[in-house]
Amino acid sequence: MSVAKSLPHDAASLHVTGAARYVDDIPLPVGALHLAFGCSKVAHGLITSVDLEAVRQATDVITVLTAKDLSHENDVSPSPTSEPFLSDGTVHFVGQPIFLVVAKSHLAARRAARMGQVQVEPLPAVLTLDEALAVDSRFEDGPRIYEKGDAVGVLSKAARVVHGEIEIGGQEHFYLEGQAAAALPQEDGGMVVYSSSQHPSEIQHKVAHALGVPMHDVRVEVRRMGGGFGGKESQGNALAVACAIAAAKTGRPCKMRYDRDDDMEITGKRHDFRIGYRAAFEDDGRITAVDFLQLCRCGWSMDLSLPVADRAMLHADNAYAIANLRVESHRLKTNTQSNTAFRGFGGPQGMVGIERVLDHVAHEVELDPVEVRRVNYYAPPGGDLDVTHYGMAVEDFILAEMTDHLLENSDYIRRKEAVRAWNAKNAILKKGIAFSPVKFGISFTLTHLNQAGALVHVYQDGSIHLNHGGTEMGQGLFQKVAQVAASRFGVDIGRVKITATDTDKVPNTSATAASSGSDLNGMAVLVACDTIRARLAEFVAGDDAGNVRFEDGLVRFRDEARPFADVVKSAYMARISLSSTGFYATPKVEWDRIKGQGRPFFYFAYGAAVTEVVIDTLTGENRILRADVLHDCGASLNPALDIGQIEGGYVQGAGWLTTEELIWDEAGRLQTHAPSTYKIPACSDRPEIFNVTLWDGANREETVYRSKAVGEPPLMLGISALLALSDAAGAVGTTYPDLDAPATPERVLMAVERVRS
Amino acid sequence: MLVGFSLNGEAVEVDVPPTRTLLDWLREDRGLTGTKEGCNEGDCGACTVMVTDATGVRALNACILFVPQVHGKAIRTVEGVVSPDGDMHPVQDAMVDNHGSQCGFCTPGFVVSMAVGHLNGRCDHNDSLAGNLCRCTGYTPIVRAARAAENAPVPDWMIDEVPEVLALAGQPDNLDGFADWYVTNPHAVLVAGATDIGLWVTKRLEELGKVVFLNRYDELKNIQVRDGFLHLGAGVTMADLLPVLRDHHPSYAELVRRYGSEQVRQAATIGGNIANGSPVGDNPPALIALGARLHLRRGDIRREIAVGDFFLDYGRQDCAIGEFIEAVSLPAHAPALRCYKLSKRFDQDISAVCGCFNVTIDAGVVTEARIAFGGMAGVPKRARAVEVALVGAPWDSVTIETVLPLFSDDFEPLSDMRASMAYRLLAAQNMLRRYIHDLAADPVDVLKVRP
Repeated sequence: MSVAKSLPHDAASLHVTGAARYVDDIPLPVGALHLAFGCSKVAHGLITSVDLEAVRQATDVITVLTAKDLSHENDVSPSPTSEPFLSDGTVHFVGQPIFLVVAKSHLAARRAARMGQVQVEPLPAVLTLDEALAVDSRFEDGPRIYEKGDAVGVLSKAARVVHGEIEIGGQEHFYLEGQAAAALPQEDGGMVVYSSSQHPSEIQHKVAHALGVPMHDVRVEVRRMGGGFGGKESQGNALAVACAIAAAKTGRPCKMRYDRDDDMEITGKRHDFRIGYRAAFEDDGRITAVDFLQLCRCGWSMDLSLPVADRAMLHADNAYAIANLRVESHRLKTNTQSNTAFRGFGGPQGMVGIERVLDHVAHEVELDPVEVRRVNYYAPPGGDLDVTHYGMAVEDFILAEMTDHLLENSDYIRRKEAVRAWNAKNAILKKGIAFSPVKFGISFTLTHLNQAGALVHVYQDGSIHLNHGGTEMGQGLFQKVAQVAASRFGVDIGRVKITATDTDKVPNTSATAASSGSDLNGMAVLVACDTIRARLAEFVAGDDAGNVRFEDGLVRFRDEARPFADVVKSAYMARISLSSTGFYATPKVEWDRIKGQGRPFFYFAYGAAVTEVVIDTLTGENRILRADVLHDCGASLNPALDIGQIEGGYVQGAGWLTTEELIWDEAGRLQTHAPSTYKIPACSDRPEIFNVTLWDGANREETVYRSKAVGEPPLMLGISALLALSDAAGAVGTTYPDLDAPATPERVLMAVERVRS
Repeated sequence: MLVGFSLNGEAVEVDVPPTRTLLDWLREDRGLTGTKEGCNEGDCGACTVMVTDATGVRALNACILFVPQVHGKAIRTVEGVVSPDGDMHPVQDAMVDNHGSQCGFCTPGFVVSMAVGHLNGRCDHNDSLAGNLCRCTGYTPIVRAARAAENAPVPDWMIDEVPEVLALAGQPDNLDGFADWYVTNPHAVLVAGATDIGLWVTKRLEELGKVVFLNRYDELKNIQVRDGFLHLGAGVTMADLLPVLRDHHPSYAELVRRYGSEQVRQAATIGGNIANGSPVGDNPPALIALGARLHLRRGDIRREIAVGDFFLDYGRQDCAIGEFIEAVSLPAHAPALRCYKLSKRFDQDISAVCGCFNVTIDAGVVTEARIAFGGMAGVPKRARAVEVALVGAPWDSVTIETVLPLFSDDFEPLSDMRASMAYRLLAAQNMLRRYIHDLAADPVDVLKVRP
């Protein structure tokens, strides 16, 4: 069977030879035009005049558009509230598009975009969490609160309580391919759009509204993205709409790609959070109550901030059965980029909050932080199940076992002693080591999104054409799904042709997001394949179809084994349909986000990591020395691709919490808008020793081949790096280091100074 | 401007504006879209191309490389790393086998960097790949691939012939000619490696007017050791400087190992790093701590000044109209020199603080102190008050603690996106604490700690 095999990424050979095409590589017909936005330089204000004469006169400019030139909807919002495509007269952040330049070249468009004279009467700008709280600038009427038990009551009577606060910075996606789209006008008013998007149906929907046409007039194709990470779930809408509008106006193909600085200044990022906590605990580290205050900086528009903030609340427990847990979440509106989806979708921030609490409690009770985690773990399956603070029974908790394995395989206890001994000998450099677990909920919390479609054709020569609603952004989804199809038909993977995601083939798709790509689309493809398989089986065996097997490229029935292609050919001659759609809707999930009750997740994916670091107590410079990971992918569809997600997720998570720092100035201008100033991990930042193992076990739920989702969960393994840095800083004294994220050298040094003082 | 070079084994001659970038030309004019634009500022390496000339084979960022800079050289893009018959290079096979690509967008740049490293027999993958960013894999499988390909023979199609070309039209032929020309064309922009000036074009969208390409003057690339000094032509690249420094100044070499990235070091020159007057350039503090001298030239008039005296104020240097940096000379021996580069990321990051210390101790007493910093003022600057207080004092931690407050007399650093004022000051002071431990051979470097 093709599933469970470590086949390479479907496009690996195209990647390494430079033949893989991204949007900007697609040859466009002669006469194609290029676009750039003219953007606000002011964080908040009213536009008093817009003089675009110099822009219009600039070399190679064809036309310039403002909101007044739009004949239909001026909206690119992915949420129910509006988000103007071009400013409607008010500007809400530095970088907001005000006008659109259409020119003969990318460079000409960029050049002209800087020539606009826009006068803005400034309004007070709300930039920080504190400023937003002070003026009650928020989405929704007030805070959301999810609660189990009576945290406030228990805290008021508890003998031992810790409290604190952690700042958690945001994160730029830094997909290597910037946002890009192209639109080709069609003969009948229709539009074909190429987009670097995780969500082709959303692009189709927004383009249709912008053009004032039904969705059937717009076709969106996505072959691949050069990285997405959530940053291309909604942030590509503006470029696709821009291209479509300009193409409709000029009758010429139009392409738009953001220069890297524009990309970072215009698009949203991971939400930064401040999480305050009060926790009551016993002498053995058992936590009896936690009260969290989650402050979430959403930026100027709603975008996906509500479900992001919800997911942060839903992960405020992580792996721990806390009898009394209260989470209060404020979704604050600020005059900055509209923060958006980013791998983990709020989950990582919520998880950092509770891991910080566990770490702090362990410090107070002077026990090994791993032991404190263990005593608080959810109950394993088999006995009485624990219920989360949102009312979902945890039925599949395997972390206790996983923890045992990881600690043993990583030699945690001995290494912890070795770290202590090393620190005793070294005055300036200090090592730290930490363990952290991950329990991540799988499913879209917006329940209706948990559906997927597929289209499978078997051609008369036995070759298979595969299409589904998921998009390929590097995660290997296409290959995993192709492996499912090859396995269902019992044929070699080479027989399966993977094709670009296309709204003409599979309609009404959900974003490839929430780690759900393989779960949803793999199942939809499985259903489609099985429909065709059933027809072939019936053709071969009539009423005895159940005894037909598809394996080794053969169709076996009783003593007969015919090549798959022969059977297909005969079925075609017998006028059997060899094409089918497939559809899948995740079972069991139901969720009321206002009450905070229900079963938002089909299941949980688990993982755990041990990280060892070293810091310099004079400068705060720090490095990850070693990481050991044990991660649960259920029965993996492709172990090599899953390990790739785990290794990459860990490093991306560790980068978020260490070197990646977003800084805005007092006028709301992003200061870190290029890789020269925003530092994602480089090659030497990966752990020098990096052991990644897959947990050997099947999903309890009936997922595709009992596999588990893997896109987002491993990012949170990087939390162990932050905890290890805190452990190292703590080695210089007895005070709790109170280390914020990202733990840049500066923050680490300040933590060292706190511990010393 | 008429430019000739070879591209994937084929001779080409093109007429381009002098600041057309090689990346734009490859993608837009030649349709070679395998080379990617990730940042357009030389920080991500997605646009890496292989460049061969008589002096060797190097990886360069095509996004900040002007087409005339490759005049007379051979270019190989990712498409040309595959053989003319379509066979993959060993690093390409290894990348597939080791799952080294996910989204694939950074992959062509990695493949070219790896192929160049492979051709040059390099196994220091962390260094040779520091200029290639990957957001998907976390690098582990890429390094596995690089290791797997180490022992494969270099495919014959990778060996490029350097094409015969005529001089670049409109450009002075040699250094003397340039020196005279520059006196009468003093507003021309001097381009050496373009690792800074490239961004004036790609980011600030400036029209540069008259441009002169200095990388063609071999006289500027001389490295000589004579009379106890290293004499470096201003056009010596950081990559060419690195092995020399490893022999003479290992701590300065470690600073240069972390300077930019492989692709940046292969283009950037020591003269350019000084001439642009940046307060955060990494060479000036080291050179000032060494007491290096700068050799300036205008026409045929030459003069010499201390490197530290070149930096008058933020954005203002002691350089007359029509004058240029011809060379730098520095002592070949300074065993007490230590250079500390402090940044958010170890590789390819601009320093928040760069501190260079060169203290001479005789019989336990400080006899001379040269301490210079980048990132602490509007110019690279010496810690004069600290130096004065050290000279004549015993070299011990009591002295160190006594002089530390003087750093705030010497410096009033800024807060910016790299670091706060308070951190910069504290880190600068702590670097002196580190220095005494370092000279005593105590472990002070996190990069030397093994798991």
